[in-house]
Amino acid sequence: MQTFDLEAQGLRALNETLQAQSQQTNETAWEIVNPRGSHAIAVGLDAPIEVTVKGSTGYYCAGMNKQATVHVKGSAGPGVAENMMSGTVIVEGDASQYAGATGHGGLLVIKGNASSRCGISMKGIDIVVQGNVGHMSAFMAQKGNLVVCGDAGDALGDSIYEARLFVRGQVKSLGADCIEKEMRPEHLETLRDLLERSGVDARPEEFRRYGSARQLYTFDIDNAY
Amino acid sequence: MAKDDKHVPRTMPVYSSTFTPEVNAEIRRAAATGIYDIRGGGAKRRVPHFDDLLFLGASMSRYPLEGYRERCDTNVVLGTRFAKKPIELAIPITIAGMSFGALSAQAKEALGRGASAAGTSTTTGDGGMTPEERGQSKTLVYQYLPSRYGMNPDDLRKADAIEVVVGQGAKPGGGGMLLGQKISDRVAEMRDLPKGIDQRSACRHPDWTGPDDLEIKILELREITNWEKPIYVKVGGARPYFDTTLAVKAGADVVVLDGMQGGTAATQDVFIEHVGQPTLACIRDAVRALQDLNMHREVQLIVSGGIRSGADVAKALALGADAVSIGTAAMIAMGDNDPKWEAEYEKLGSTAGAYDDWHEGRDPAGISTQDPELAARLDPVEAGRRLRNYLKVMALECQTLARACGKNHVQHLEPEDLVALTLEAAAMAQVPLAGTNWWPGKPGATF
Amino acid sequence: MCGIVGLFLKDKSLEPKLGEMLTDMLITMSDRGPDSAGIAVYGTDRDGFAKLTVQADDPARFAGLDDELSQVLGCDVTLRAKDTHAVIDLPEDKLAPAREALKELRPEARVMSAGEVIEIYKEVGLPGDVAKRFDIPHLQGTHGIGHTRMATESAVTTLGAHPFSTGPDQCLVHNGSLSNHNSLRRKLAREGVRVETENDTEVAAAYLTWKMQQGHSLGEALESGLEDLDGFYTFVVGTKDGFGVLRDPIACKPAVMAETDQYVAFGSEYRALVNLPGIEDARVWEPEPATVYFWKH
Repeated sequence: MQTFDLEAQGLRALNETLQAQSQQTNETAWEIVNPRGSHAIAVGLDAPIEVTVKGSTGYYCAGMNKQATVHVKGSAGPGVAENMMSGTVIVEGDASQYAGATGHGGLLVIKGNASSRCGISMKGIDIVVQGNVGHMSAFMAQKGNLVVCGDAGDALGDSIYEARLFVRGQVKSLGADCIEKEMRPEHLETLRDLLERSGVDARPEEFRRYGSARQLYTFDIDNAY
Repeated sequence: MAKDDKHVPRTMPVYSSTFTPEVNAEIRRAAATGIYDIRGGGAKRRVPHFDDLLFLGASMSRYPLEGYRERCDTNVVLGTRFAKKPIELAIPITIAGMSFGALSAQAKEALGRGASAAGTSTTTGDGGMTPEERGQSKTLVYQYLPSRYGMNPDDLRKADAIEVVVGQGAKPGGGGMLLGQKISDRVAEMRDLPKGIDQRSACRHPDWTGPDDLEIKILELREITNWEKPIYVKVGGARPYFDTTLAVKAGADVVVLDGMQGGTAATQDVFIEHVGQPTLACIRDAVRALQDLNMHREVQLIVSGGIRSGADVAKALALGADAVSIGTAAMIAMGDNDPKWEAEYEKLGSTAGAYDDWHEGRDPAGISTQDPELAARLDPVEAGRRLRNYLKVMALECQTLARACGKNHVQHLEPEDLVALTLEAAAMAQVPLAGTNWWPGKPGATF
Repeated sequence: MCGIVGLFLKDKSLEPKLGEMLTDMLITMSDRGPDSAGIAVYGTDRDGFAKLTVQADDPARFAGLDDELSQVLGCDVTLRAKDTHAVIDLPEDKLAPAREALKELRPEARVMSAGEVIEIYKEVGLPGDVAKRFDIPHLQGTHGIGHTRMATESAVTTLGAHPFSTGPDQCLVHNGSLSNHNSLRRKLAREGVRVETENDTEVAAAYLTWKMQQGHSLGEALESGLEDLDGFYTFVVGTKDGFGVLRDPIACKPAVMAETDQYVAFGSEYRALVNLPGIEDARVWEPEPATVYFWKH
């Protein structure tokens, strides 16, 4: 286990060191102490390493992550795991706005609540939120799965494309062109797998599925804006 | 007098200046379809432009330089403020962002070829980076847009600079648009979208809003790319003084300012023609913002929107820009709106020189299309050569004017080398009306 | 575009450290607002007394002002000058006459705040420098609000800095950008409400003042602001005994809150809160859009 003191050693040194880890590195376990809400912690990683952040982070923690597992032992600021490509990001606490924004792949697990715009423009990432998500979550979501074990705020899935949304609790309101959809066996299977990988104790049958009504896919008189 | 209708003078039919044939046709089109008009290109209306400015040249009080023999440099370095690896260009004319999706892969490749041969950069667009484009572009600027289509850290690191797009001149405050006809299998895959849908991009970035957040976003991009790449911030010509100031405060290395004549692949006509300021009106405010921050030349300013010739380039530089960017002109150089396709333009209900239905993907010139047969009409090598020639001509023209003004570098051109032909241009460029020492709004001047 | 911090103390033992805690929070938000900074502190209530914070570009102009005011008002007046600001303590019933007298005695001086407990300090410069000039770390009090400004469309001036006073013991800070403030400024002018700067936030402050003059509570004024103020905003407001938070319905501008038995804290970013005592175990959350929050003593 390598320990990195962010306050003492600085952000540039941290990211430079972590980004330099290769596929075959032996130094696979890293611990970051004193994150103190700093921005851009552990961004642009591209190696199968395990990074544990001992505390809460600011904006864009684990941004554009590839391969690495980043574990935040606190809460995450705006845009955690934004544009993630692969790997895993786990947030023990809550996540602020834009969690997993535009993510292309990998798994983001938020053990607390996620704020507004969780999964905005997601492009293939899987996001599992054990608590609630805020308003405008999955706005323009293109691909991937958003699993919400608690409740969803206003305008869930507004202008959604082909992402799949699973919500166990209440949905305050659905956004434009987002509708409840039939939960078919393959969806239950996907959901079961995601819940298992995220360590969530919930049955897939308790969830409802939401997705695109595909009415905004072509411009016409009634949906032009 | 005998009643003879033939000899009674008749009133001529008079077209309304308000309800012109174009206006009436648009009303009928709207009434028939129920949807606004979407098109490509930039503002078509007449606005004060560089044509309304003239260089004074040298004579007795200033001495000109000899063409070809006496040096007049055109090089420019972009991104000197924070980036470890600034961009060095041979000419101050870059190729603006145009997406693969809006343009064919061949057209993107041709842009890379032409730009590289001329010693300048080209730019991706709202659709990610294609290998053809990267491969053929010596210097490639990677756009970072609200949609984040195709965005990934590998391409980000392959880029030579990153351009955070806040807005563009054709539609400041609007997002991108790409209609279903152009969402081919490859375009759909690159953008993670279903094939054939009408795609609308968001107008704000998904994970930041405002300059205070942008500062943190720029930090993240720099951390991911080892602080090597210059970070450009592109804004549409809206409030250039504030927008430039805030881009600099957010940490930009380069500010790209796109006036209302700047083109787009597709957006509402009402947006193109009614939002934003003419390029000419934007430059001085942006330069003043840089000067007020003591950042003029420290943060470079790239101006775009309606640049067509070396004269336009020289005038933009004289007003304080470090470089210019071209989009529409580069397309024309490659063959867009070429009269040789006139018969086909007519079939599409247009004519060469007026064709702007780029969003429909049926471009006879094979540039703004994803149709394999049409796209095959454009030979990337030949189109690249034409673009290189055109860039070379612009650079030579710019040098010609600079030499005539006695400058050994095109960047030494100054506003004081210019006069304006019209009051409007004088006011916007803040240079004297020809024959006077006055312009509207000049400090201390009375009308 | 800016950074906001706020601290509302529940635990009296922290009151001597209010200025120190707020200063630390404020400096952390320097990146979000390097142009100017300001702070409103709510100090101890002296029964029957009130205070005015006035600003003058030339601090020499404060010399002798206490005596001159004392003479005009016919009462004891004390003045504490701190750089470009001065806090004038005087009997509560002399507050209005004192403001009138100031216009005569020091026409160039601006009233930053008025009330029983509020003091507002704000200046152009980096937050750390501003805090130092006014010795903010040594201020004591029950609650306070700080602001760091990155000016958007209006000038970087002392008067353009936040907080803006909205009435006796009241103030407002803002992160965001309003889109209908010019029309609203004209409407307020017709109603007789004066706005001094081109700043959008001052219009919002004046709007709240106007609503409250019409008999609305601060909460009601904020609620009606949701209808009348267009654009993007996170507002934090201070009152004599509490503070409130409101975000616009889109709620893009950041806001983090933390609550423990000892305090309620606000920060534009979590970074601003990391040095607060017991933050590790605090309840940390983000205020909902279009919802008025309020904490009172």
